[in-house]
Amino acid sequence: MSMKRQRIIRLTLSYLVVAIMSVIILYPILWVFGASISPGSTLSNFSLIPENPTWAHYREIFNLNESSYMIWYWNTLKICIITMLGSVLTISLMAYAFSRYRFWGRKNGLIVFLILQMIPNFAALIAIFVLANVTGLVNSHWGLILIYIGGAIPMNTWLMKGYFDSIPRELDESARMDGAGHLRIFWQIIMPLARPMVAVVSVFTFIIPFTDFILAKVLLRTEEQYTLAVGLYELVAREYGSEYTTFAAGSILIAIPIAILFLSFQKYFVSGLTAGGTKG
Amino acid sequence: MRKGIPLMEQVYKSNHRKIATFLSVIPGLGQLYNRQILKGVAFLTMTIAFLVSFWDFFAEKGLWGLVTLGTQVPRDNSIFLLVYGIISILLLFFAAIFVFIVFRDAYKNGERRDMGQRLNTIREQYRNLIDNGFPYLILSPGFFLLVFVVILPIIFVFLLAFTNYDLYHQWPAKLMDWVGTANFTELFGTELWRSTFLNVFAWTLVWTFGATTCQIALGVFLAVLVNQKDLKGKAIIRTIFILPWAVPAFVSILIFSGMFNETFGAINTVILDAVGIPPVDWLTNANATRLALIFIQTWLGFPFIFVMVTGVLQSIPEELYEAATVDGASALQKFRNITFPLIMFSIAPILITQYTFNFNNFNVIFLFNGGGPSVSGQKAGGTDILISWIYKLTMTSQEYAIAAAITLIMSAMVITVAVWQFRRTKSFQEEDMM
Repeated sequence: MSMKRQRIIRLTLSYLVVAIMSVIILYPILWVFGASISPGSTLSNFSLIPENPTWAHYREIFNLNESSYMIWYWNTLKICIITMLGSVLTISLMAYAFSRYRFWGRKNGLIVFLILQMIPNFAALIAIFVLANVTGLVNSHWGLILIYIGGAIPMNTWLMKGYFDSIPRELDESARMDGAGHLRIFWQIIMPLARPMVAVVSVFTFIIPFTDFILAKVLLRTEEQYTLAVGLYELVAREYGSEYTTFAAGSILIAIPIAILFLSFQKYFVSGLTAGGTKG
Repeated sequence: MRKGIPLMEQVYKSNHRKIATFLSVIPGLGQLYNRQILKGVAFLTMTIAFLVSFWDFFAEKGLWGLVTLGTQVPRDNSIFLLVYGIISILLLFFAAIFVFIVFRDAYKNGERRDMGQRLNTIREQYRNLIDNGFPYLILSPGFFLLVFVVILPIIFVFLLAFTNYDLYHQWPAKLMDWVGTANFTELFGTELWRSTFLNVFAWTLVWTFGATTCQIALGVFLAVLVNQKDLKGKAIIRTIFILPWAVPAFVSILIFSGMFNETFGAINTVILDAVGIPPVDWLTNANATRLALIFIQTWLGFPFIFVMVTGVLQSIPEELYEAATVDGASALQKFRNITFPLIMFSIAPILITQYTFNFNNFNVIFLFNGGGPSVSGQKAGGTDILISWIYKLTMTSQEYAIAAAITLIMSAMVITVAVWQFRRTKSFQEEDMM
């Protein structure tokens, strides 16, 4: 009897914690949705469900004459996709070399990567700002993309190498016996087997430019070149909080596709990260 | 001593190896002397091409500029000269590696001739290059990118910390100079700088430990809670708990900065109002802002830990718990002696990256309140951490050299702590990792 009562108390407390956490997580999301359908541009008389809800802010965002939101969206997607493709290709090749070959400089290279992964690439913020000025890459998307790819290399190469190490060597050795070349083994044996890790690295390298604020803010100067992070910040910051409702509508529109993408990838994260990152 | 060659034949019969090595002072000649015409011509061409394209660069700008940082305004731009100087050094470094390879190749082939062995044919050399050179071939694109967009900026910041580059030493009006350790002396010798630095540093540490520990504790707690066997609706609960991770952080932070707004934000007008607490000045009182920031980072950061720990929990064998139950262990004892050590063993390296991440977590500090509120008699805002302070020094007040000095100190600290921690975690020491 007391066992049963203990169990009921334990489960009730657990559900209570889950309920409280759910409220804390969902409330800001509902609040911003409420803000996005509030009339006017500020939230002086705000309530979670406004009395006169309006879709005007969403319409404004999609109107190319009134807002640059769609341009920012396009810029962000362009930068993210190119960064992702470029990173995954260079990172996979580098991880393949580090995992499968023994060559002069390998060990020191790995140590350098370990140290570089600890210095975030915006620690050299001053340098990036000045270098961009020197090389004329200010306000250019290509400059940003190169910095994102370079910055993603150290950490993700370690992650990917860890996963490659866990793929049995016998597989590529027997392929080599059958006469397969280096690149063929890479494309047809290693890469298909490493698909979960490739997915993880793809999402990581896609998310970094998507959520990065600081580098984009330093490098991008004109409104037509902004990414979503910089553009939305400017909406809120322009005159403090003056465009908050428009900003809220913009936030909802970004959060939904990213959340869907993310939730559909989540099963790879657990297996991929535990295998590659920790060898747990 | 080479294996498989009878001892008698290891006696050198001639001196080709020395002559070939000596001739390699001009890269390519050694190879030509060894009658490897194609290779020799290739090396010679590369050398000439390198010298032709970069000679002026080295002589007129690169190395001279690095030493002097310019002598005459407005002809010389110190910053440009510094960049050219670093590029020259990097190019010379690559050239040194190339020359080393050429010398080694000339010596090796000369040695084979001395011992009367046949040299590789062009076809064999080509196969050799493809085989042994393959890792270098696939590493090189990433390597060059790394050198120019990651390593070059780091060297640049390092050097900048020893110059006087600021608002008053800028092209076209002024040149900048090497000032040795003057920036560091100013940082720690001047009262204003020192007190600001110490305040910012103290808050950075409190922030890093506070925010990271909260997010880890909450993540582990919730993962263990949701993992209970008899808890229903796991899939939906987990999906909700991952949501803060799925929404881009900059969006969430800006949303929170609206929610904490003192006049229209929901925290003051709805939540505190409902429980009868008077409004809190979240954005103008430094301590309130700090509290809000730690809350926000916990909200943003726990899902990542939650997902990781959930993964680890799946892999703990059920027998361990059954055995513990037989021995009469309580739920708390099971957690302390089985679950917690196993979780820590698996995710320790990731926890370290969480601490370093928050140490540099610019987004949440800057987007929430711009590092504010401002503090009188200080050069930084009340919640500025080192990285956001560096941003302000660079972008707002153009104190580049001091900002570089702070960056240098900060990077040194992060690297020291992280390397020390990594060496202690087990996965680093595994044979196969290196």
